Amino acid sequence: MCHPPLPASILVVLSPAIIIPAILNGLLTGAVYALVALGLTLVYGVLHIINFAHGALLTAAMFAAFFAYQFGIDPYVAIFLLAPAFFAVGYALQRLVIGPAAHGDDRNMLLVTLGIAVIIENALLYAFRADTRTIDVPYAFQSIDFGFTFVAVPRLVGFAAVFAVALVLWLIMTFTDTGKAIRAVAKEKVGAELAGIDVAHVYAVTFGLGTACVAIAACLLVPTYYVNPSAGNAFVLVAFTIVVLGGMGSVPGALIGGLVIGVVESLSSLFFGDSLGQVGIFLIFIAMLLVRPSGLFGARA
Amino acid sequence: MKAFTPIAVVVALFATVPLVVHSNVVLNFLVVALMIALAGQGWNILGGYGGQYSFGHAAFFGTGAYVTAILQVRYGVNAWVGFAIGIAAGALVGAIIGALTFRSGLRGSYFALVTLAFAEVLRISASVAPITGAGVGTLIKLDLRAQAFQFQSRAVFYWIILALVALSLAIAKLIERSRFGVWLVAVRENEDAAQALGIDVATVKSAAMVISGAITAAAGCFYAQYFLFVDSGIAYGTWISIEVLLTPIIGGVGTVFGPLFGAMVVKALGEGARLVTGDAPGLDLVVYGAVLILVIAFTPRGLIGGLAQARQWLMRRRGAEAHHG
Repeated sequence: MCHPPLPASILVVLSPAIIIPAILNGLLTGAVYALVALGLTLVYGVLHIINFAHGALLTAAMFAAFFAYQFGIDPYVAIFLLAPAFFAVGYALQRLVIGPAAHGDDRNMLLVTLGIAVIIENALLYAFRADTRTIDVPYAFQSIDFGFTFVAVPRLVGFAAVFAVALVLWLIMTFTDTGKAIRAVAKEKVGAELAGIDVAHVYAVTFGLGTACVAIAACLLVPTYYVNPSAGNAFVLVAFTIVVLGGMGSVPGALIGGLVIGVVESLSSLFFGDSLGQVGIFLIFIAMLLVRPSGLFGARA
Repeated sequence: MKAFTPIAVVVALFATVPLVVHSNVVLNFLVVALMIALAGQGWNILGGYGGQYSFGHAAFFGTGAYVTAILQVRYGVNAWVGFAIGIAAGALVGAIIGALTFRSGLRGSYFALVTLAFAEVLRISASVAPITGAGVGTLIKLDLRAQAFQFQSRAVFYWIILALVALSLAIAKLIERSRFGVWLVAVRENEDAAQALGIDVATVKSAAMVISGAITAAAGCFYAQYFLFVDSGIAYGTWISIEVLLTPIIGGVGTVFGPLFGAMVVKALGEGARLVTGDAPGLDLVVYGAVLILVIAFTPRGLIGGLAQARQWLMRRRGAEAHHG
């Protein structure tokens, strides 16, 4: 009649003193995931393709932030240099490489972004080898006491920055002519073209904005995360999941999805260990794609 | 039978190579290139003829490699039997992924993503599961006897992989000439129209995925026997997913000889990059990526299509000259 007692270890794990910090950490990590996902979902929403070069661009930006620090530029300051620089990179890639090479065929666009990913990743591998690099910013291990738990300063800064970026993006999309043009192209490409909107330019601006998002994410990550030629991949696979969860092309979906996945990952590695936590994310991902590919927040496809 | 003559000629030419060339380096190069050509033909059936671009064909390659290796090492199954079961396992994985994805109507970007995710799930699972040897991988014991599917001579391996490639070429040709092939191409060109014409789109695509999975898995089985070692990064790694789609696209997507031609070109370029730069990792893949983009930009039908275009252009020019002269 009596239930076997739960093992002591599970009781310890279930105690709020461990769960709450894990959830909080998940939210903070999830914010950076959300930023990476934001770039991905923006490009999907307008160009209707998945940018397979997103992860490689994130890695490239992480290297850029790493080397900026070697020249004495703090990663948080580097945001203001790297975001415009990577906007330009993204703009040029879409305008000069992806657009012309793909001849307007979606399947070709996918392949070209994959080709760009392969080139960037392996050029970095060739130049810097597989070595893992880190930087030592003075605030890397500083934390703030919230009474019930400590929160690392870099993570808190990251969290705040992500919402600032989301706000700026929303302002651009809502109030500027470029933003209106982007929304018009996303809704009705042919109509927008007929109304005199330069679609190739809008595509390139969107791609540039998506790339600027990963540049900012890279600057937020570098203080606490390592850099190597495949560092970006881990984030992008998670970002794919988030984008699918939140609905392809949905900005609020990417934000909420990012936070949810951050918490899921944090809790599942608490209960099942790190590598199985990752499998958990992929299973959510596949299940989402199969059951409701339009996402929790997206319109039914 | 006339349709199969080009295949017979090409295979016969390839078959004479070990009689003339005895360099192990050259034979090794050709064996690996043929293995990639075989895996690429698998991708080509689904991606080239059917227009379903998979970014995760490692799922099939790795399943073939692991099943062959594990059956021998852990269950003492004969290597040839293991090979056959490995191919069947690839077909089964194809059936499962096909049933899941095509029944829920995934296409385009979504399909590419979900195949990639399946390959990643398999890779991560294989890197922790005890049966695959987890992080250490599975080593097949050296046993140089024909019944163990191991041979002292590289030439024998060469002829075996060539025979498999020949079979895959014949299968591609058969599909091209069959009603099934016509349906498949119809699905590629316009899925909604194909559906409207009464083609059971999901079934056609799933069938293509089963054939595709089996062929790519055969290349994985061969990998295990040739290198006698499998781990999660090799078997389910992104490198194979990428090489497998590069070869048909560079050679000529949706053509019988595209994967074979593409594999030879891609592997030669990779080898060239390695000669120029020493054994530094990465540069061969940089070259692959650049060639992929250039081919898509300038000869969307691949190098075979490009050659045909160039020949037409030359003939037209010669015709014009004759006219003027």
